[in-house]
Amino acid sequence: MSSSAHPGINLGGGDPKAQRESETPAFGFWVFLMSDLIIFGVLFAHYVVMTGARAGGPGPSTLFDLRSVAAQTFLLLASSFTYGMASLALKHQRQVRPVAIWLIVTAALGAAFVLLELRDFVNMVGEGGPPQRSGFLSALWALTGLHWLHVTAGLVWIATMLALLSRFGLSDRNKTRLLLLGLYWHFLDLIWIGILSVVYLGGLA
Amino acid sequence: MKDDARSEMRRYAIGAVLSAALTLLAFWAVMSHGMARSTALWIVGAAALAQIVVQMRCFLHVGSSSKREDLHLILFSLVLGTLMVGGTIWIMSSLHDRMY
Amino acid sequence: MADPIFGRLDWTVTPFDDFFRDPSINEGVAAAAASAVPLGAVAVIAFLTWKGLWGPLWRDWLTSADHKKIGIMYFVLAGVMMLRGVLEGAVMRTHQVTALDGGVLSAEHFAQLFSTHGTIMIFFVATPLITGLMNYVVPLQIGARDVAFPVLNQISLGLTAAGAGLVMISLVIGKFGTGGWTMYPPYTGTTFSPGPGVDYWVWAIGISGIGSTLAGINIAVTIYKKRSPGMKFLRMPIFTWTSLCTAIMMIYAFPALTVSTAMLALDRSLDFRFFTNDLGGNMMQYANIFWMFGHPEVYIVVLPAYGVFSEIAATFSAKRIYSYNSMVIATSAIAVISFTVWLHHFFTMGQGASVNAAFGIATMIIAVPTGVKVYNWMATMFRGRVRLSVPIIYLVGFFFLFVFGGLTGVILANPTIDYQVHNSQFLVAHFHNVLIPGVLFGVLAGVHYWFPKAFGFRLHEGPARLEAYLWFGGFSLAFLPLYWLGLMGMPRRSASYDNPAFEPAMWLAVVGAAMVVGALGVAIWNFWASARDREALACPVGDPWDGRTLEWSIPSPPPEYNFYALPRVNTVDAWTVEKAVGHPYEMAPRYTDIEMPRSTAMGVVIGGASAAMGFAITWWIWWLAALSFAVIVAALIARAFVRETTRTIKAVEVEVAHRAFLREASRTPAVGRDDEIAPDNLGHARPAVPA
Ligand code: HEM
Ligand SMILES: [Cu+2]
Repeated sequence: MSSSAHPGINLGGGDPKAQRESETPAFGFWVFLMSDLIIFGVLFAHYVVMTGARAGGPGPSTLFDLRSVAAQTFLLLASSFTYGMASLALKHQRQVRPVAIWLIVTAALGAAFVLLELRDFVNMVGEGGPPQRSGFLSALWALTGLHWLHVTAGLVWIATMLALLSRFGLSDRNKTRLLLLGLYWHFLDLIWIGILSVVYLGGLA
Repeated sequence: MKDDARSEMRRYAIGAVLSAALTLLAFWAVMSHGMARSTALWIVGAAALAQIVVQMRCFLHVGSSSKREDLHLILFSLVLGTLMVGGTIWIMSSLHDRMY
Repeated sequence: MADPIFGRLDWTVTPFDDFFRDPSINEGVAAAAASAVPLGAVAVIAFLTWKGLWGPLWRDWLTSADHKKIGIMYFVLAGVMMLRGVLEGAVMRTHQVTALDGGVLSAEHFAQLFSTHGTIMIFFVATPLITGLMNYVVPLQIGARDVAFPVLNQISLGLTAAGAGLVMISLVIGKFGTGGWTMYPPYTGTTFSPGPGVDYWVWAIGISGIGSTLAGINIAVTIYKKRSPGMKFLRMPIFTWTSLCTAIMMIYAFPALTVSTAMLALDRSLDFRFFTNDLGGNMMQYANIFWMFGHPEVYIVVLPAYGVFSEIAATFSAKRIYSYNSMVIATSAIAVISFTVWLHHFFTMGQGASVNAAFGIATMIIAVPTGVKVYNWMATMFRGRVRLSVPIIYLVGFFFLFVFGGLTGVILANPTIDYQVHNSQFLVAHFHNVLIPGVLFGVLAGVHYWFPKAFGFRLHEGPARLEAYLWFGGFSLAFLPLYWLGLMGMPRRSASYDNPAFEPAMWLAVVGAAMVVGALGVAIWNFWASARDREALACPVGDPWDGRTLEWSIPSPPPEYNFYALPRVNTVDAWTVEKAVGHPYEMAPRYTDIEMPRSTAMGVVIGGASAAMGFAITWWIWWLAALSFAVIVAALIARAFVRETTRTIKAVEVEVAHRAFLREASRTPAVGRDDEIAPDNLGHARPAVPA
């Protein structure tokens, strides 16, 4: 067993074969996430450039609801933590049940996040802030919307993962998938920290 | 084995608590109205960076024991991300200054 | 407004319709081009049916996850697209000789031509050519059995083909956009380009761009994770090094293209305000984001060509590459610096002088590592026993022509000069001058070099030389006069001009274009003639050029698992050293079962559904767009439930095959370099000089 490992929890000495088989996919997926990070990076830059391009339309102080944003932040953070619990269950308990339960908890938190943010989107439209209103709003919607889509896709992935678990149990391939899903889910929280700081807190400071 | 599990559990817990604290700090900087805007922004930025580091370490387990290629990758991504974001802001603000 | 079933499609969208209404040369050219696509398709379908090849095509190619076959398919795709691209170039040149106050084509048609030509050449010729080359060669050079993610590899190809397909369909159904290969808004926004043309571009590029990102990930991870035992980074062949850098650049550059394209799509389809004139849109951001991709892209396509030339210089001079380490450093330096120069494509946008100066200086700096490489190649050849075969001929042509193009690039890097020649024919001359002698010559040299590896027989040398000289001459005539035209003030992308002094240069250019078409004809003929004479050109033992790297140690064509036993590497140029002081062509101590990926239709399904989705959005057929998207998601999910993804090749089977190959090798007489292009060269090389 090499002591060094790719990001994400490693399966450790208890399961060297699955750990070895997960290495190339884990590295590949991490590379993919870095590529995705560039997408977000460009959208962040665009957002910063466009903060002034409001064309008389509404801006942060009318559109943002910090309470809702705080709730979303903690939901996503909690879901990141519960995913960690799923990973630990995978590594140490090695049973489908606890893993699946933590996945369901994670998905529930994620779904709450998605719904809350959806409500914010609807409110923004109500307050005269659809993406078509100004260059600023297009940039805002692109950045937050893409993150929202990522979380939604993550929910689909979790659902698929649950189906795969019930079908194949904790097979080596499923273990690899759980590791990748974990990388993805934690990564989305990292992006959210950026959105929270640049868009919401930065906009209202 | 059990010990291992407990210390890993602790690591996640520390990560979550620190993240929550840093989030609260950032919210506080913006919502407590006494502060200058630039100070608040600095605090928000620093808290965000700190939280990203915390989550990388505690949730993603990136650290000194990571493989060399991952560290390369993260470093390279940082460099290129900075170039692209920084370059864009520099170029567009220069353009902006000369247009208005 | 739009029909719920057919969107904005109706019977008036084909060029035939226009031709019947207005039978002019202009419409005739459009209708002829539009007929070529369905006629070509029908011809291919008829041929396949007649020969009963549908089954093999499906089983052995389209569903194969073998990196070698995928690499070859990239080449076929790029070849077809190149045929169209070059013909379009020739049509444009023909138009331009008549364009003094007019010309045979309408301005609109000319604009479509340079837009499709540029789009095709960059995204569907240059990019798939180098992707195909990396796909084929890299796993062989690093001693791997396949890429890291074979099915993903297939999907990348499917996505690229989907984009190419959309561009082809646009010939027949509707019209392509007229905004050039860069499609700058606001001209390409819905206000000024309401039709489907720009949407074709957006979806073709969006879809194939994702394919290229994934291909980059695949190749980079392959190089990181799949090297043979003992092959450290500093023992990798230079081509693999350039591939690694290119792959990494693809991973970081293509996302910017994805973003700019997606934003343009949102502007067009959902009325967003990213780049519009009104409501705070900022079209300059498009140029900025696009070129964050666009500049690295030119190095993405040229670095592997540098890699090819490195292999060739060493092999055909029978010498180690001069200064391996500086090659590696130069390659890596180019990869990083190329992300710091993108602004030189819009010096004239209006930002301040200090910004321009910084990017101008960075642009000049990036010429340095390329200069280092040119010296290294020359030093490699210096006092080597150089064989003047086709690949070396391309290298020599590259020395003269590419360096010239590079120098004009350094001239353009100076913002004050760029202000004068920006958007002129000078630029057209410059970028063709680096793309053709750089990328294209590199790939052509690489094709000649690795063709015997892929197919088991060499290409005829004579016609290949003729082709090379036609390329040199044709390129020089077609583009070098354009520098002068540009300095005289002729703008690029102009459908007509009123200065008679431009005309003579245009005549030279059209002659050059004709020679390039001739070169392409010779190339096609040579493929055919060599295939016909493949008995006389065969080189089954697989080392026709006295190669230096691992791919030459295996038979031609290689078995699907590439290596009978994974080679152990402890030096650069491992195969040369093995031949000189080791034990080439020997049994391995042990054989193991080999797991290879099973065939799958994932690439076809995802590629097909993506093409359908792009087409549907272009024509506002929303139900089809939703359906295709659902198919993509369902396919990805369903794939996760497939249990048997690999199949095993038994160790005994491998051992038997290896023994047969070794018997053939020992029976085959080794030939020296003097007989390299004689029929005797069956691919068993007698090393010319010890390592
Ligand atoms: C081989 C023969 C070729 C001929 C005769 C040819 C001819 C032309 C012509 C006439 C134009 C329009 C110039 C103008 O705007 O005034 C053009 C543009 C262009 N060509 Fe080529 N070309 C050839 C090969 C290539 C190759 C190999 C590439 C790239 C790998 C390429 C890439 C481009 C690009 C990117 C444009 C710019 C399109 C635009 O303005 O948006 N061409 N070419
Ligand atoms: Cu450039």
